[in-house]
Amino acid sequence: MFQIRIHGRGGQGVVTGAEMLSIAAFLEGHYAQAFPSFGSERMGAPVMAFCRIDDKEIRLREPVLSPDALIIQDPTLLHQVDLFNGVPARGYILINSARSFDELGLGGFVRGVQHYRLWTLPATELAVKHVGRAVPNVPLLGAFAAVSGLITLGSVVAAIRQKFPTLIAEKNIGAATEAFEAASKLRETINA
Amino acid sequence: MLKQIEGSRAVAEAIALCRPQVICAYPITPQTHIVEGLGEMVKAGEIANCEYINVESEFAALSVAIGASAAGVRTYTATSSQGLLYMAEAVYNAAGLGLPIVMTIGNRAIGAPINIWNDHSDSMALRDAGWIQLYAETNQEALDLHIQAFRLAEELSCPVMVCMDGFILTHAYDRVDIPSQKAVDAFLPRYEPRQILDPSNPVSIGAMVGPEAFTEVRYLSHHKQLRALGLIPRLASAFKQEFGRDSGGLVRPYRTEDAETIVVALGSVNGTIQEVVDSMRERGSRIGSVSICSFRPFPLAALREVLQRAKRVVVLEKCLAVGLGGIVSDGVRKSLSGIVLNGYTVIAGLGGRAITRGSLTRLFEDAERDELEQVTFLDLNAELVSYELERESRERRTGPTAEAILRRLGTVASRIG
Repeated sequence: MFQIRIHGRGGQGVVTGAEMLSIAAFLEGHYAQAFPSFGSERMGAPVMAFCRIDDKEIRLREPVLSPDALIIQDPTLLHQVDLFNGVPARGYILINSARSFDELGLGGFVRGVQHYRLWTLPATELAVKHVGRAVPNVPLLGAFAAVSGLITLGSVVAAIRQKFPTLIAEKNIGAATEAFEAASKLRETINA
Repeated sequence: MLKQIEGSRAVAEAIALCRPQVICAYPITPQTHIVEGLGEMVKAGEIANCEYINVESEFAALSVAIGASAAGVRTYTATSSQGLLYMAEAVYNAAGLGLPIVMTIGNRAIGAPINIWNDHSDSMALRDAGWIQLYAETNQEALDLHIQAFRLAEELSCPVMVCMDGFILTHAYDRVDIPSQKAVDAFLPRYEPRQILDPSNPVSIGAMVGPEAFTEVRYLSHHKQLRALGLIPRLASAFKQEFGRDSGGLVRPYRTEDAETIVVALGSVNGTIQEVVDSMRERGSRIGSVSICSFRPFPLAALREVLQRAKRVVVLEKCLAVGLGGIVSDGVRKSLSGIVLNGYTVIAGLGGRAITRGSLTRLFEDAERDELEQVTFLDLNAELVSYELERESRERRTGPTAEAILRRLGTVASRIG
């Protein structure tokens, strides 16, 4: 079983992101479960959502306490939320930022995690460019597909089409694709 | 057809397949997505001959449902928490009149303190109103139970609540198999009412009944539920024949054959319990679990059959009977009349507190050593409780409890799970 935890703020599409991830995994023939952990439902308040992917029926209903991948949509949450709680050494961490972990001052927090599993991506900028709104969830999914290899860009695109009306879907697909390509390029650099 | 959709959407699609003629609803979290979905479907003309009625309150929602059902049409509504309490009088009336309404409960805690998250306080508060109560373990089962619920309700002329855990199921995206219209039509016949308000053949429904016959009318309600004990498993096997999967029934045992310790629970927590049972069995524990699907009628005999050879029974409840302990435990103990074993009540998951594998494992290991109290509160923050009790013993004007507890606790946004 592969478990993902997404952190962000109300209004950033955290819950929708986890739902689209589960749809993408489903389309590839996996079992998937996505669910939110709402606080009071206010714009800007910390929000968490979870996704599990497995090849058999998922019975577990507890929150994702030890994520194989952590997606952080808003790095300012670091001062408020115990974001890195339970991430194992081989866990992926993907942060929405134009800056690196060290530039963000996060180097010390993730010392136990293997460095090639740490990724940052300017997802808000990509979302603004393609969609016209600061909703970083979709570009992060595109990047997650590239970084983890767990799902294909094609499934992310199909999930976006299920979730949004055509016009908005096409804009989001642009954002996901650019994020996927950027992350793929970076991955090649690291592997080389 | 397999789909990856939200539990609420899955239930809305199941209801649409049941061809309801009147849906009336008032929104309340976490049930809202179900009736929103149905509203969209009715507006788009996807449900033929169906009227969607917006009402001003939950009391009105069920009152309109009573009127519609008495006029002889298949009727559906849904609610949660305070919404269910607000319609309480109508809940009793629907059952007392024998009207086969189906209502989803998106299970949520009851205030005060106000809380939007999941537990079973709402449906448990109305467990004795005369409705059949079925609890879903998964979104697939929630979907399937609604299809069975209409047939059950209409065969008995008795209303049915399908209870599903708020957020945990209602807001979860899962893989579900949505049956075809043809298969649902084959399973669920056209509604033939036992009683109908018809101007061409007038009757009155809702007579006043005095001491001379009130007991008899009540006895017949009880008798109806006892008949349901036979009908529910028959419908579950008919359902399996038509749709090819197990859903519903009275109880569902899991690895109980040789179990010394058996955990009893309702609803979605059974999935997590089964995971814990599997990993404890790998380490040599003789533990199993049983999910109660039909809470009303209460399956005394079926439960006794599962539990009678165990050494101990742990009843995990998402509702607290304040001043007593557990509600489900009472029924479980009644089912074990004359059998000597250790029985424990565990109150867990109140107001949405996560029930984790870690906590359950520690709890069940304590149970195996018979080191549990009669009533245990899972993951109770004892330090917080002692602090508040000590403060209350010291001062007179201590102010509101919930606010004091929150102040002591500090920020909670940082917590995960």
